[in-house]
Amino acid sequence: MRDIKFLTKNFGKYDTSSIDSYLSIGGFDALKKAVTMEPTAISDLIASVKVKGRGGAEYDMGRKWSQARDVKGDNKLLICNADEGETTTFKDRELIKNDPFNLLEAMIIGAYVVGAVEGFIYMRGEYACYRPLLLDAMRQCREKGFLGKNILGKGFDFDIKLYSGAGAYVCGEGTALIRSIEGKAGRPRMKPPFIKVSGAFARPTCLNNVESFSIVPHLLLDEKGEYASCGSGNSIGTKMVSVAGNVNRPGVFEIPFGTTVREIIYDLAGGVQHNHGIRLIQFGGASGKIADASILDTPYTYEALRGAGVMVGSGGILVIDERTSVLDFLRMNQDFFSEESCGQCTPCREGNLHIKIILDKMAEGKATEEDLRVMEKIARVMSMSSLCGLGETAQNTLMSAMRVFPEVFQAGGAR
Amino acid sequence: MLAAMTKEYPLSQELREKIDRILDAHERDYTQIVNILMEVQDLNEKHYVPEPVAYYLAKKLEIPVARIFDCITFYGQLSEKPRAKYPIQVCNSPSCRVNAVNTVQMLEILEDLLDIKLGETTYDGRFTIETTSCYGACDRAPAVRINGKVYDHLDSREKIEALLRSLQ
Ligand SMILES: Cc1cc2nc3c(=O)[nH]c(=O)nc-3n(C[C@H](O)[C@H](O)[C@H](O)COP(=O)(O)O)c2cc1C
Ligand code: SF4
Ligand code: FES
Repeated sequence: MRDIKFLTKNFGKYDTSSIDSYLSIGGFDALKKAVTMEPTAISDLIASVKVKGRGGAEYDMGRKWSQARDVKGDNKLLICNADEGETTTFKDRELIKNDPFNLLEAMIIGAYVVGAVEGFIYMRGEYACYRPLLLDAMRQCREKGFLGKNILGKGFDFDIKLYSGAGAYVCGEGTALIRSIEGKAGRPRMKPPFIKVSGAFARPTCLNNVESFSIVPHLLLDEKGEYASCGSGNSIGTKMVSVAGNVNRPGVFEIPFGTTVREIIYDLAGGVQHNHGIRLIQFGGASGKIADASILDTPYTYEALRGAGVMVGSGGILVIDERTSVLDFLRMNQDFFSEESCGQCTPCREGNLHIKIILDKMAEGKATEEDLRVMEKIARVMSMSSLCGLGETAQNTLMSAMRVFPEVFQAGGAR
Repeated sequence: MLAAMTKEYPLSQELREKIDRILDAHERDYTQIVNILMEVQDLNEKHYVPEPVAYYLAKKLEIPVARIFDCITFYGQLSEKPRAKYPIQVCNSPSCRVNAVNTVQMLEILEDLLDIKLGETTYDGRFTIETTSCYGACDRAPAVRINGKVYDHLDSREKIEALLRSLQ
């Protein structure tokens, strides 16, 4: 496995409370370079290395930025999604904590590219301890003229405001996040209108994840093409993964795409506790899919994971060893959605409730064949007819479990 | 119009000043309501937003009070009911539930040490035991969160007891 520091290059290299310290390691060189380039050249650069949004939906980032640029409007917004509510996902936390100035620099570059006049960071309430760090970094950027009017004398204005959530997973969903920023309860709304044309305060809005943003400054300064030298196919560069569950060294690791799942779990995360065997691995948090240990030698790339029935998603990797049964795991995962569904639309509110009831019946050994059929049907209806992405993806784990562990879904309930 | 909808509640001068300071720090921007509520609820030792305070905020921010209650009831970290001085939150999501001291064991130990059940408050109003969804400290399990702060690597009954003793 190649040891590479690209996104994590600055970790521990500067004093995160001081812009001078950041400047001394070449901070804002990327912004200085960016403003000499055509905005479209920057979105093309991002597209050329096929950066996919790191928030979970895997949307082409270069394309998102060039589309955002093309939207008409002189009051565009740029929003950084730092809600990171997906379970087993805590990589954005490390980027914010260890390299806050890089994130701000990335947003300023983003503003230049898409033509945004204002930016928001929406950070989960759980990360309130990093508010002072970000607020102070923003203040210093203003003092040095990196935020505010006429940035670097290039005649563009941009400033950033920080918003906090207060414990609602659904607020990571774009339209819910926007409502929260508008000072309301974060209930998702129907699309269209899409955020890119009518987002927060009905202004055109470009929304990206913390990690997606964080790539940009490094990419602009990557003259040797280090990023492009990692990975292959549609999975280029590096990825931050967060590994937790039954591993010896849970944590966040930057890996080049193509590292095998085995290397991630055994070399980086220190292997499974007490050398237990692996029952299952969940990729991409509670809304992600699962696989059994046969996935260990699969390279971590968008294509190969998809081929193995799972997805990169948020980059979370949850390892469950044989001490926990598949059914018990599914019930734990279901609790998350029963708790976090906003309850606004019927398929998701009722579906999550009834799936929980049937899973509990299975645990008691009382589920009938009819129950199992109904459960599968509810799962399908939810994924097709829920109002937002939460309800659409809530049953990913269950549906993949039905495929990978069919023996668990026998009438009468399961082992 | 708004004034007609706003009940008048007398708040102590001291409390009003503290709330005003928080509002000023957020430039009296109503869009920051979620964060304002987070800070305001911590002014109260019982970590909640009392009804008179909600009305006061509605008036100061010039938004309907219903909007404020909608937020308080929607966001998991906000409360309209009094809580304990130290609400102990145990994560109920998979990563934490499968760990060394897992959620079930953690709850058992807490229930035993505090002599209350999940959801209950100790007689002196100091501790409640609650469960919550993942709070982004999956790599620090076994952990609990108390008033926003995560206390991690609580892998023995002794460590949990020491933590409780340290909270006065
Ligand atoms: C229920 C739900 C929760 C989400 N939570 C997050 C989140 O916490 N962080 C995030 O970046 N994206 C989250 N997303 C995805 C965002 O809606 C959006 O796709 C993403 O922020 C776009 O940025 P990207 O293209 O850079 O990934 C969530 C989506 C859904 C449906
Ligand atoms: S799908 Fe679920 S979370 Fe989304 S709007 Fe419907 S009830 Fe709310
Ligand atoms: S699963 Fe418990 S903090 Fe994330």
